[in-house]
Amino acid sequence: MGNKREFRIWRGDETGGDLQDYSVEVNEGEVVLDVIHRLQATEAPDLACRWNCKAGKCGSCSMEINGKPRLSCMTRMSTFEEAETVTVTPLRTFPVIRDLVTDVSFNYEKARETPAFAPPADLAPGEYRMQQVDVERSQEFRKCIECFLCQNVCHVIRDHEENKPAFSGPRFFIRAAELDMHPLDAKTDRKQYAQEEQGLGFCNITKCCTEVCPEHIKITDNGIIPMKERVVDRRYDPLVWLGSKIFRRGETPQSTANSAGKGSVVHSGARQTGVHSHAGGSGDPAAEAQAQQGVNWHREVPHPTMPAVDDRGRLPLTELTFDRAAAPSPFGDDVTFPLPPEHLNFAHPSQDDKPAGEGDKH
Amino acid sequence: MTTTTRIERHHYDVVVIGAGGAGLRAAIEARLAGKKTAIISKSLFGKAHTVMAEGGAAAAMGNVNSRDNWQVHFRDTMRGGKFLNNFRMAELHAKESPQRIWELETYGALFDRTKDGKISQRNFGGHEYPRLAHVGDRTGLELIRTLQQKIVSLQQEDKRDLGDYEARIKVFSETTITELLLDGDRVAGAFGYYRESGEFILFEAPAVVLATGGVGRSYKVTSNSWEYTGDGHALALRAGATLINMEFLQFHPTGMVWPPSVKGILVTESVRGDGGVLKNSDGKRFMFDYVPDVFRKQYAETEEEADRWYTDPDNNRRPPELLPRDEVARAINSEVKAGRGTPAGGVYLDIASRRSAEEIRRRLPSMYHQFKELADVDITAEPMEVGPTCHYVMGGVEVDPDSGAAFGTVQGLFAAGEVSGGMHGSNRLGGNSLSDLLVFGKRAGGHAASYTDQLASRPKVPVGAVEDALEAALAPLQRDTGENPYHLQQDLQAVMGDLVGIIRRESELVDALTRLAELRERVAKVSAAGGRRYNPGWHLALDLRNMLVVSECTAKAALERQESRGGHTREDFPTMDPGWRRVNLVCALDGDAVRLEHKPLPKMRAELIGLFDRTELAKYLTDEELADFDARAEEAN
Ligand SMILES: Cc1cc2nc3c(=O)[nH]c(=O)nc-3n(C[C@H](O)[C@H](O)[C@H](O)COP(=O)(O)OP(=O)(O)OC[C@H]3O[C@@H](n4cnc5c(N)ncnc54)[C@H](O)[C@@H]3O)c2cc1C
Ligand code: SF4
Ligand code: SF4
Ligand code: FES
Repeated sequence: MGNKREFRIWRGDETGGDLQDYSVEVNEGEVVLDVIHRLQATEAPDLACRWNCKAGKCGSCSMEINGKPRLSCMTRMSTFEEAETVTVTPLRTFPVIRDLVTDVSFNYEKARETPAFAPPADLAPGEYRMQQVDVERSQEFRKCIECFLCQNVCHVIRDHEENKPAFSGPRFFIRAAELDMHPLDAKTDRKQYAQEEQGLGFCNITKCCTEVCPEHIKITDNGIIPMKERVVDRRYDPLVWLGSKIFRRGETPQSTANSAGKGSVVHSGARQTGVHSHAGGSGDPAAEAQAQQGVNWHREVPHPTMPAVDDRGRLPLTELTFDRAAAPSPFGDDVTFPLPPEHLNFAHPSQDDKPAGEGDKH
Repeated sequence: MTTTTRIERHHYDVVVIGAGGAGLRAAIEARLAGKKTAIISKSLFGKAHTVMAEGGAAAAMGNVNSRDNWQVHFRDTMRGGKFLNNFRMAELHAKESPQRIWELETYGALFDRTKDGKISQRNFGGHEYPRLAHVGDRTGLELIRTLQQKIVSLQQEDKRDLGDYEARIKVFSETTITELLLDGDRVAGAFGYYRESGEFILFEAPAVVLATGGVGRSYKVTSNSWEYTGDGHALALRAGATLINMEFLQFHPTGMVWPPSVKGILVTESVRGDGGVLKNSDGKRFMFDYVPDVFRKQYAETEEEADRWYTDPDNNRRPPELLPRDEVARAINSEVKAGRGTPAGGVYLDIASRRSAEEIRRRLPSMYHQFKELADVDITAEPMEVGPTCHYVMGGVEVDPDSGAAFGTVQGLFAAGEVSGGMHGSNRLGGNSLSDLLVFGKRAGGHAASYTDQLASRPKVPVGAVEDALEAALAPLQRDTGENPYHLQQDLQAVMGDLVGIIRRESELVDALTRLAELRERVAKVSAAGGRRYNPGWHLALDLRNMLVVSECTAKAALERQESRGGHTREDFPTMDPGWRRVNLVCALDGDAVRLEHKPLPKMRAELIGLFDRTELAKYLTDEELADFDARAEEAN
């Protein structure tokens, strides 16, 4: 029942690679991931590709299909013409590991920087009361399966490696928005955080992220825009500004320029290459201006402090049951140095490709 | 030690293998107990199987029906497992799951709400009252994301206090453990490789928690992902632990059978809970013909009564579509065998003709969305074609109910979640897994932490064992004469699916064991093309060994148990036998061979058995046990 279809798949690793042609049998009702699995089971057993659920639920199988960022388990073969060659490439925004697998650790770093949910101090577990209408707004963002397609497509980082340190990306804007809209979250500075630490100002609302989201989360309309609006409100409405100075001092830092009071460290290096200005601007002049200023050299650097001690007044070392006082050798305690030279596997990078003698000049 | 292959070393107090619900909850507990904790996962952080759970997490909070409490939940669990459950686990689970769910709210989870603002609970097969906390039909995603974010928040605390996110808890994603290392009988560490680079890694740790999930990849039609190769089961066996109840596999009754892109994928039980009905090719709603005697009292006899139940559950009995999964799976199987199936070999699940399109989209959003995009099937307009798919393994590592410590000869090994056995007996109720992960994940993590405290000396990793593990891991790459791992996997799946599937017979099981023995020889010689860097062929080649030994356990135990109960159906012994209820089948490893032993079930405490009425017990217990029950009842009077 199957017929042969033409595929071009990118094979290679961080040192380079190219598109390779395959003709594969395709059956009725199959998706691109089925085809990749068939290739693995036949011609290309070592073809690297991530997947887990094959049901659009885990967000593992992201790749670019005919140039479009897609979940391969959700891309039906019937959406292509019979004669069409299907080109499959890895996500472009992230460094390639091998074939269709990319290094998405950028996203996990950003996730780790976004401040976590702050539980209300006065409610014990089981006492949380929220109305369905109030949780629904955050629930929309919690549908996110972390496929990182929105991160991949966002032009702020897609071809601008230099923006990555300062920009968390749409996935983490909606994480901030989700917490901002959480009925019981005890932190009140989510919007400021998005603006000051996540680089919300870089976003000029092109909506590309919303377009690719397989969960149909309205990233821009429901997440980014409300966050921007409110950040703008609070910062430019003189009354709000004054109010925040008078009533909420210490709780609402006024701007990055003197955010040191909050103890936050401005990302140095983040903007050292200058801002990447987008056609049409970010729609948020302050963010652009702020970004232009670069590092705030007047910020107060936190003083070095002693590490925290536990309730017995000791350092929280957990090597109690360990058999020696110092740190163990990272090479294993059963390895003694120096190693016998014939066992070393270090090869000087130029050793292989240069004729003997020439390498000595380096 | 051969230094030609680099091995990265790490030292931890507690190593948790698995980053699903059970693993993450265990890691949180170990870290809260002050232990330096590692979390290891075969896929990226947040992609473990738990992400796929749809229906919900069962906990007797009594938010929707205030008559619900832990005793009722306990009873349902024991009934669902046909009384083969470890009663103590079922008790702990029923008592502690509400706290574990509420705790998730303090980590930031947002469950669907009732009108008065509490966590909403939904009906599910086998549960007497609405009991499943849920978030639309993506409860597993909410659970795993919440735990993932809790771990991030602990890391943020460590960053603030100690200057490093990873000071006390670190996630090793895309890392596979291939071997546990022992110092005598004590766990000393774990050996594995980074999938991305193919580099090897050694964890030295006195306590290991297994939370590796299930074994479904040994079957052709399965809802399980590539991760489910029974690694934890096999690691435990090789370390000297024992497995119980391996003959019990749950086949989810409603996996999609058509079109092929969605074959095996689940149609959540909530489709039936929300009004969906099963029909055969004659258009008949056939489940009324399959209500077994033990359930007769709780289920409706007419379509009218069944339909009234959705709006008035207090005065009507529930529709038979909501029978426990094993019953529904068997009923579908019988219909198909009798020639009343669909062209693709399933039956119809129809919600389109029973609820409005708008209501279906609202109540089952991700179901709707998934089938629309994946298969171009509109569930609001046409019935789905469904059939049984391998879904969950009830069997697993035999553990101490309170601590999760593995039985057998090994010390310092703990297990929680799907990889552990006993909690669900012969059949798991829907929704009981997610709460199981939280309850026993927390317990295993906590007990692993206190185990390291009472150790007088730290176990040492023996050099020889590391060398052996390294050699075994490299072997498939170095051979080029062996078979392709994908073919071997297909052959294994064929044996298990055809001969050790949902309905079993003696002759087929005997045949299966011979074929598995042949496969064992072939798997020992498997070869993988390519290098060490992100090479899925090599990864599969290494997993095959685990799939094989676990399949042998299942086939052996299935041959031994001469009765039908829960997730084990023998055509040649079609009824439940009270004598067999008193027996657990325990697998251990004797060198390379699987050894099977009978072990008596622990006896239920008097106050727990007193929760059931005698007529119900009479269906499960032997005469001797009943006499004992009567004697005790008389004493109490
Ligand atoms: C489609 C589907 C729907 C379901 N719906 C429900 C539901 O509604 N309600 C319910 O209660 N249950 C449901 N279940 C069952 C439930 O989801 C699982 O039983 C549960 O998630 C298992 O969790 P776990 O923590 O034990 O393991 P998992 O979440 O499966 O995690 C296993 C982890 O172990 C890691 N691992 C495995 N082997 C190794 C190794 N060798 N080295 C390193 N890491 C390893 C994996 O990478 C993974 O991180 C469903 C299951 C499926 C498949
Ligand atoms: S709308 Fe903003 S975040 Fe989304 S892709 Fe465009 S620039 Fe990036
Ligand atoms: S927001 Fe959408 S596109 Fe972005 S990671 Fe989440 S699911 Fe993917
Ligand atoms: S494999 Fe899970 S989203 Fe595609």
